[in-house]
Amino acid sequence: MDKIVLDHGAGGGMSHELISGTIAEILGDTYIGEMEDSALVDVPVTRLAITTDSFVVDPIFFGNGDIGKIAVAGTVNDLAVSGARPLYLTLAIVLEEGFPLESLRRILASIRDTARQAEIKLVAGDTKVVRRGEADGIFLNTTGVGVLERPLRLSSRGLRAGDQVIVTGYLGDHSIHLLSLREGLGFEQRILSDCAVLSHVIAGVLDACGDGVRCIRDITRGGLGTVLNEFARASSCSIHMEEAALPIRRETAMAADMLGVDVMYLANEGNLCIVVSPDVTAAALAALHAHPQTARAAVVAQVSAADAGRVHMTGKDNRRRVVDMLYGAQLPRLC
Amino acid sequence: MARPALRRTLLVSGLVQGVGFRPYVYRLATEHLLGGWVRNDTRGVTICIEGPMDAANLFCRELLERLPGLARIDACTTLEESPIQDWSPRFEIRHSEAVQGRGALIMPDAHVCVSCRQELFDLRDRRHGYPLINCTNCGPRYSIIRNIPYDRPQTTMASFTMCPACQKEYDSPEDRRFHAQPNACWECGPQVTLLHPDGTVADSVNPVKTAAAMLLGGRILAVKALGGYQIMADPANADTVASLRRRKDRSAKPFALLALDAETVARYALYDEREARLLESPGRPIVLLQARSDSPLATDVAPSSRTLGFMLPATPLQYLLLHASRDVLIATSGNAPDEPMARTEAEALRDLSGMVDGLLVHNREIHVRVDDSIARVVHGTVAPKTVFIRRARGYAPDPIPAPFPVPPLLALGAELKNTVCIGQGNALYLSQHIGDLKTPGNQEFFDHTIAHLRGILDVTPRYVAHDLHPDFHSTRYAASCRDATIVGVQHHHAHMAACMADNGLDRPVIGVVFDGTGYGTDGTIWGGEFLIGDYSGFERKGHLARFRLPGGDKAIKEPSRIAISLLTQHLGADTIALPLDLVRNRDAFELDVLMKMTTRGINAPETSSMGRFFDAVSALLGVCDDVQYEGQAAIELEQLLAWDLSPTRPWPLRLQREHEHGRLVIDHEPWLRALLDDVIGGSLSAAQISRRFHESVVLAITEICLELSRSTGIQDIVFSGGVFLNQHLLVRAEHELTGAGLRVHTHSRVPTNDGGIAVGQAMVAAALERRRPGLDLAS
Repeated sequence: MDKIVLDHGAGGGMSHELISGTIAEILGDTYIGEMEDSALVDVPVTRLAITTDSFVVDPIFFGNGDIGKIAVAGTVNDLAVSGARPLYLTLAIVLEEGFPLESLRRILASIRDTARQAEIKLVAGDTKVVRRGEADGIFLNTTGVGVLERPLRLSSRGLRAGDQVIVTGYLGDHSIHLLSLREGLGFEQRILSDCAVLSHVIAGVLDACGDGVRCIRDITRGGLGTVLNEFARASSCSIHMEEAALPIRRETAMAADMLGVDVMYLANEGNLCIVVSPDVTAAALAALHAHPQTARAAVVAQVSAADAGRVHMTGKDNRRRVVDMLYGAQLPRLC
Repeated sequence: MARPALRRTLLVSGLVQGVGFRPYVYRLATEHLLGGWVRNDTRGVTICIEGPMDAANLFCRELLERLPGLARIDACTTLEESPIQDWSPRFEIRHSEAVQGRGALIMPDAHVCVSCRQELFDLRDRRHGYPLINCTNCGPRYSIIRNIPYDRPQTTMASFTMCPACQKEYDSPEDRRFHAQPNACWECGPQVTLLHPDGTVADSVNPVKTAAAMLLGGRILAVKALGGYQIMADPANADTVASLRRRKDRSAKPFALLALDAETVARYALYDEREARLLESPGRPIVLLQARSDSPLATDVAPSSRTLGFMLPATPLQYLLLHASRDVLIATSGNAPDEPMARTEAEALRDLSGMVDGLLVHNREIHVRVDDSIARVVHGTVAPKTVFIRRARGYAPDPIPAPFPVPPLLALGAELKNTVCIGQGNALYLSQHIGDLKTPGNQEFFDHTIAHLRGILDVTPRYVAHDLHPDFHSTRYAASCRDATIVGVQHHHAHMAACMADNGLDRPVIGVVFDGTGYGTDGTIWGGEFLIGDYSGFERKGHLARFRLPGGDKAIKEPSRIAISLLTQHLGADTIALPLDLVRNRDAFELDVLMKMTTRGINAPETSSMGRFFDAVSALLGVCDDVQYEGQAAIELEQLLAWDLSPTRPWPLRLQREHEHGRLVIDHEPWLRALLDDVIGGSLSAAQISRRFHESVVLAITEICLELSRSTGIQDIVFSGGVFLNQHLLVRAEHELTGAGLRVHTHSRVPTNDGGIAVGQAMVAAALERRRPGLDLAS
């Protein structure tokens, strides 16, 4: 048998075989669940961080990753940006009838490897099979649990005038890579996804800067433009960006130009936006530059008090414009 | 008492405040030995005259005939009339009563009247050479008003105390400066200074003379005008013009020119009687004129354009500069790219210092920024008419009459060429041009203009109307308005309603609305639309067939993308082999990406836009493929026509009846194939092909309008949208439809481009409150 069939989800022998023989087998020691109705775990502190996320990625496998890696890294990063140390993960899998078992194995191996790298354990899982056409190959859902060991309150409401905004990596690569792969545009070899686990990087920044860090956000869907608008609104500050300071790979800039998309709104999977008090900027950058994933980290914007709630950008041509949150897809606004 | 006597009370409305109207009435009444009084109030001016009936009748006739230069009477009604026995020939000007409501009109800014001009250059006059001379017949109004009623303490002249001589003029009903609020002179008024770009004083003794010498020496200056700063330079000096283009970061868009008088303009451009009158009118707009082929100006003033924009001076300072330097100067808006015109000295120093060698400033503050207006005369088949491309200084906020009384409302306009409109009663107060709302400076200008107009008009809007585009600044602004009904108005419906209001129409029409881009009710981008409807609603009855814009906004700046999209849509993979420059000059990889974006709809929104189709044709003919300013590709395509006036055959027209709604769709495939035959195989010049294309669009307009008129019985056609700035298209289509017995209505006071959208939005919102039984569009 090389494809998922409906009986794999019927709860009988085939289900058992899939879960024990394939899933648990591949996950190996990263899975510490007991196959009971609930996982029972020890928690060393009183404050927990909990996050949940569903993953529907097209294509499922891409140049330097797959849906499994994105699911684990994304959940781990969401925990870490709240200042938590990621500990546990649950994994729910929805499979479409006919999905190749070999693909499932590859995804599970990727989940295992990423979880090992992030030093996180899988504690509970679920598998469902739906009829052909009711899902697109495979959907994943993960819930992450982390512990807060630092006396920190990271919040976008805490931004103050004078704070500096750091972006830790090249913007837009993930979006361009996936779009190009999906449509056969030809950029996919040159521009790879930035998908990565960043919990250790975040721990390094927090160690170096303590409460000089105001807040951290994983720049995913909606891109930097959306993140900064959320910051500006939550804090009633304004944020002023310098286009020239934005870390954008030359190939990505060219591709975005050709496609007519604004890198500012493109999704990333291993890129952070960190707001710091100016006295710890240097320490934060030093901590970030110590890791290869964040070697390009740079200050891209300043927080100020005037014109509350808005994000401005000074372009490379020295022209100022307002960077708004987009309502839906990017639409032509010129008339 | 031999002759019968009477007392008659008149109410005069129109532009009658702040224009010397009451002294005029005083002089006229005194001349006819009539008694009584005159008074400003909320509705205009009330006049009461007492005296012999024949003298009273003569007074009433002459009242309309001898109006002061800036005054305009919209209505003169007799409120009361009764016979009297006793009267005295004493006539007085009464003080304005404390007013409730703000119906009285606020004057636009005006030029320098003949009397002031004479004094300005009269060596014996006490105001000889005074750069801020004005009187009740001329000078600043809207730009200096902080609040109303229009009295000096409510203007930016509040800080200047009049000297006894000025005060005497101000207090004398016989004087031309009676209640001239900005009245000033060398003694007591604001003064001009020349600054270095760093803000330090360069010359406060002879600033105008020094500035003029700098201009003659090829230097570039920022000069404070009525509603903001202008940048001036010598247009005959090629090096100066090139340097200005570099410093202003503006490579293609023509610069406006300021000339001493119409005779001076005649050396550079052609104009007729009507255009001369427009040049000399008090609003002093920039008038677009056909350039003379022997014009001695640097070609860089208006590269690849066959029109020149000329204005005559609107301020005394401009007269003085033109007299002391050259009689023609470049006078372009003083703004950083995409930002609003500098208004304050601080803004000028911040935004313009890098572009200029000096700043000629004065200390009469501008409260409201008002950019130069742009107008032109369309020599149509029916009658020549003045149309506005940008309506601002000299015209705003003079209201457009509403076709029916409207509730208090605010309409927020479009995203580009933004204007806003406040409606109340019979008036639609259309704001000055604000600009492109993507920059922080313009968003602030937008917010400020709304707050100011609401304040001086004392209007609390019951309705706030906005465009449907979800990402427009105005749409977000609308969402933040509390205590008002928010009305989303479809872009092209607003265009249609704007043209209806401009023509005072209040019945169902066929709307031909062609523009660049507008958000449709189905989430696609419209722009080649045939609508039927009125203020309260519309149906989309026809449109240009859809095509894709690969890269969205990027395609608008680079029209060859649209051309490639159309080629791909109709020829598929064969596009690669076409012997066209725009195909051959594209990198093969990029061409492949663009074709995939088109066929798969990757960041390639669908549109039915006629403006974008013009862009594509412009690119296919090799006319323009790098759009530096809005409409450039289409404008340059139209300008080709002037070279060739011979008649031509249109391309084949194929109309398809779309199944779902029965709409008529203009198929562009036959056009594209015919165009390719003309471009690749044929012997036609680009000008001849452009002409064929224009005729093809005219044919499509004619056929669809006739069909819609037949099926609905509607005889009135309105043309709106930026594409109708194309005179050739406007005139030819109007000619065809008029010849077929239909009535065609086009824009005049309200701009046909997005600068007019707010008026249409206002009327659509107003119609919500009006119940009109019996109107059934479906029947």
